[in-house]
Amino acid sequence: MDALTHFLSLSDANVRYVVIGCVLLGISSGLMGVYTLLRKRALLGDAIAHAVLPGICLAFMLSGVRNTWVLFAGAIITGSLSVYLVDLISRRSRLKPDAAIALVLSVFFGAGVLLLTMIQSSGNAAQSGLDKFLFGKAAAMLPEDLWLFGAVLLGVMVVLFFGYKEFKLLAFDKGYAQSQGLPVKALEMALSTLTVLTVATGIQAVGVVLMSALLIAPAAASRYWTHRLSGMLILSAVMASIGAYIGAFISYTKPGMPTGPWIVVVLSVLTGISMLVAPNQGLLARYWQRRKHRDKILQENILKAFYHLGERNGSQALAFDIKLLKQQREMPEIRLKSGLRSLVKEGSLLDTQFGYQLTRTGLEAATRVVRLHRMWELYLSRHLNIAPDHVHEDAEGIEHLITPELERELELLLDRPGSDPHDSQIPYTKKDRN
Amino acid sequence: MIQHVDNPIIEVHDLTVSYDKKPVLWNVDFTIPGGALVGIIGPNGAGKSTLIKAIMGLLPLSSGYAHLFGEKLDNVRKRISYVPQRESVDWDFPASVMDIALMGRYGQRGLFKRITAEDRSIARQALEQVHMLEFANRQIGQLSGGQQQRVFLARALAQQADLYFMDEPFAGVDAATEGAIIELLKELKAQGKTILVVHHDLQSAAEYFDWILLLNTRLVASGPTAETLTPTLLQETYGGKLSLLAQVGEIASSKGVNIRE
Amino acid sequence: MDAFWIILTGALVALNGALLGSFLLLRRMSLVGDAISHAVLPGIVVAYLFTASLTSPFLLLGAALTGLAATWIIETLNQKAKLQHDAAIGLTFTLLFAIGVILVASYTGQIDLDMDCVLYGEIAYVPLDTITLASGLDLGPKQVWTLGSLFIGLLGLLLVGYRGLSLTTFDAGYAAALGINTSFWHYALMAAVSLSTVAAFESVGAILVVAFLVGPAATAFLLTRDLKWMLVIASLAGILSAITGYYLALWLDGSISGAMAVMTGVIFAVAFVWQMWRGR
Repeated sequence: MDALTHFLSLSDANVRYVVIGCVLLGISSGLMGVYTLLRKRALLGDAIAHAVLPGICLAFMLSGVRNTWVLFAGAIITGSLSVYLVDLISRRSRLKPDAAIALVLSVFFGAGVLLLTMIQSSGNAAQSGLDKFLFGKAAAMLPEDLWLFGAVLLGVMVVLFFGYKEFKLLAFDKGYAQSQGLPVKALEMALSTLTVLTVATGIQAVGVVLMSALLIAPAAASRYWTHRLSGMLILSAVMASIGAYIGAFISYTKPGMPTGPWIVVVLSVLTGISMLVAPNQGLLARYWQRRKHRDKILQENILKAFYHLGERNGSQALAFDIKLLKQQREMPEIRLKSGLRSLVKEGSLLDTQFGYQLTRTGLEAATRVVRLHRMWELYLSRHLNIAPDHVHEDAEGIEHLITPELERELELLLDRPGSDPHDSQIPYTKKDRN
Repeated sequence: MIQHVDNPIIEVHDLTVSYDKKPVLWNVDFTIPGGALVGIIGPNGAGKSTLIKAIMGLLPLSSGYAHLFGEKLDNVRKRISYVPQRESVDWDFPASVMDIALMGRYGQRGLFKRITAEDRSIARQALEQVHMLEFANRQIGQLSGGQQQRVFLARALAQQADLYFMDEPFAGVDAATEGAIIELLKELKAQGKTILVVHHDLQSAAEYFDWILLLNTRLVASGPTAETLTPTLLQETYGGKLSLLAQVGEIASSKGVNIRE
Repeated sequence: MDAFWIILTGALVALNGALLGSFLLLRRMSLVGDAISHAVLPGIVVAYLFTASLTSPFLLLGAALTGLAATWIIETLNQKAKLQHDAAIGLTFTLLFAIGVILVASYTGQIDLDMDCVLYGEIAYVPLDTITLASGLDLGPKQVWTLGSLFIGLLGLLLVGYRGLSLTTFDAGYAAALGINTSFWHYALMAAVSLSTVAAFESVGAILVVAFLVGPAATAFLLTRDLKWMLVIASLAGILSAITGYYLALWLDGSISGAMAVMTGVIFAVAFVWQMWRGR
């Protein structure tokens, strides 16, 4: 707990650097991640991340110093080279882009490891501390790193801000962007460059192996909450910063622990939560919606059974018990009882001593379902030439889906019909007549 | 106009197929007589390919069934042959024309039994029939579109089936290939085989086929060509009269519910 | 003698990678192979927690299940959670690999694995861990035996399953129409990839596994248009990478795995330039 308060209070200068650094690079990655995701380039980010390692090592070997800016320059060079090579290989050979990405990724990373081990065996390893680029070490951030992260973030924000509309079009519909005469090539180049810059900074916290998660996870998570680009950008940036920050905190409390894996775990948890609970698109929301629809089907089917029983007995004012209902329409007793209970609660049925009886609202609802069923049957047979003995099954499902707007359209199209293909009367309530 | 026949080779009953809960085929119900050369006609996105994929058991059905030769698919697979769309595969795959034609024998022979000399001669014969024997050793990546289509046909012929499903065999092929293919189909028909072809050129349809299925999400017509290719039915197939159906499909998909639930 | 064993180990990993990688490449699943080779790490670490090394075949299989689980997670994310495929791959392998690295860092000292070993293995130590019979006869390194038997198994699988694999790879729709169970072949291939990844991991680490899954197959794909030849050429390219990579590492005094990975790239580059030059 002490560690936490100490970390949160930002009283330690080193902690301050780490927090600010993580937030800065988190925002850049979150923003660029959205574009890599939308342009289906998520794994190109992985290739870039692996490819910056040899650049860093070469820059160190050539300059002999562990200077932030020098290493950064090396990273950009090989990072950009990897993008170019993936493009070249997939354009100039039969290899597909995914194979080109996997190839470039593994070979560049192999080269990076080779160079890294050469540096280590030359006895320079202690001073270099280049290992931290493998799995990230946020705690090792220096003030000059922050300047670099700030500069990259500024660049990313300026370009994305002024090109917002253009990049949006490119991300959602490249073909259309091209037809509108946008400089697609230049825009793509700009995005790739920004991605390389972002990756080259992000590896400080996450490391090259897991860097792609910092691009993919926040962007993927934000997609569950909104389809608006601006919303996605903000959410993704926030989540990436939180992930980077928490990861940094955990590695702060456990010195031997690299930051990257924890950032990935935190981001994965955030993504998992988004998948589950996001409104509309989340799995829970979708499950809930399906359940609600199932309940609706059950209730409407019960009402329909009442209507049919009433129709057969000549009056809709009669009460029927469970046994009769089950004879009218086969359904599991537990489901039937729970459906009856909710119908009583919402005032569609009365629970009398003779059984259940439709109320006025219940009768209206029952009439509507039967009407929709019979109108749909009529629509299928009259307009879609489907034989009358084949229409019932379909209407059983569709009657629960038709909205009031569609109902009006159906009625208009069928010219307010009197009977269905089986010569059953199509019922209307008084309210409908007005 | 849906004409049913007695003793059908294909019987499709109330077939509904949905992609992502959105119905692509709706309540399709028809029968096909043996020995017919059938054209499946309809606008883009009408579910033509979906129909043959559904009959071949390649897609899950929301409702309904398809019986072939009066039996379930699994009992009669060896009598059925399928020609997928040419674009559905990657022609950069490292294989020769002969390799592909031999694949037509895998179904009859099983995956683990040896390919025999007889299989090879059947494959060669099939290539001969589509005039591709001289290219038997050519790599498939080096073929033209029309040649690729012929190789696919040869593979189907090598199966020596009685019933053929062909998905757009005329798409993107040269006139010579189109002529050769239709000759071949007529020859098959003369041998008493039944062939279903997804097609979207109305002009040639009347001349090629003797039975037509008009499809646009739902089945508009099924019957002899002369009775189905009428202006009224074509208008019904290609005119946008399905807005209600489409709207209900849209609602089902947005609510994530199966319309047959 | 050490050089021989190291090169032989590398070559066996290369052979397994080349054979499986060729099918992955043709199925456009190279990146799934990449993902599997990372995703098996937590399985391997847990296996290490039980024993000092992956000597028991049960642990080998257990760890390989992690790889299969990864492919299953990718497909579930894609189909159930509607996540686009590349993002599903990226999320799955980074999470599983991250968990593996955390486990390694948490149990340092208790297991014979460290972070460097995870990435580039300890191929240089392969000759030290040998199988010695009771009679004192030295049968050579354990790793060579493991990888060698795996290679024999793979050859058997290919011999039996060549038609099934090639047909489902070229035209899965047609295969399904013939009544062939395409997901059986899919998971058989994924299981083989997981198993060979786990077996190779200890000696060469994640990078070289990926490099050997992709590089030789990509080279062969450019050089031939015949599947059988593709398998042969990929195998040769893999072996060549292993041999030249060993001497490159010796010369530069660096990681042997890293150097072998670089050589797969160099050999690909030669093939790439050759096919571009021939294409004119």
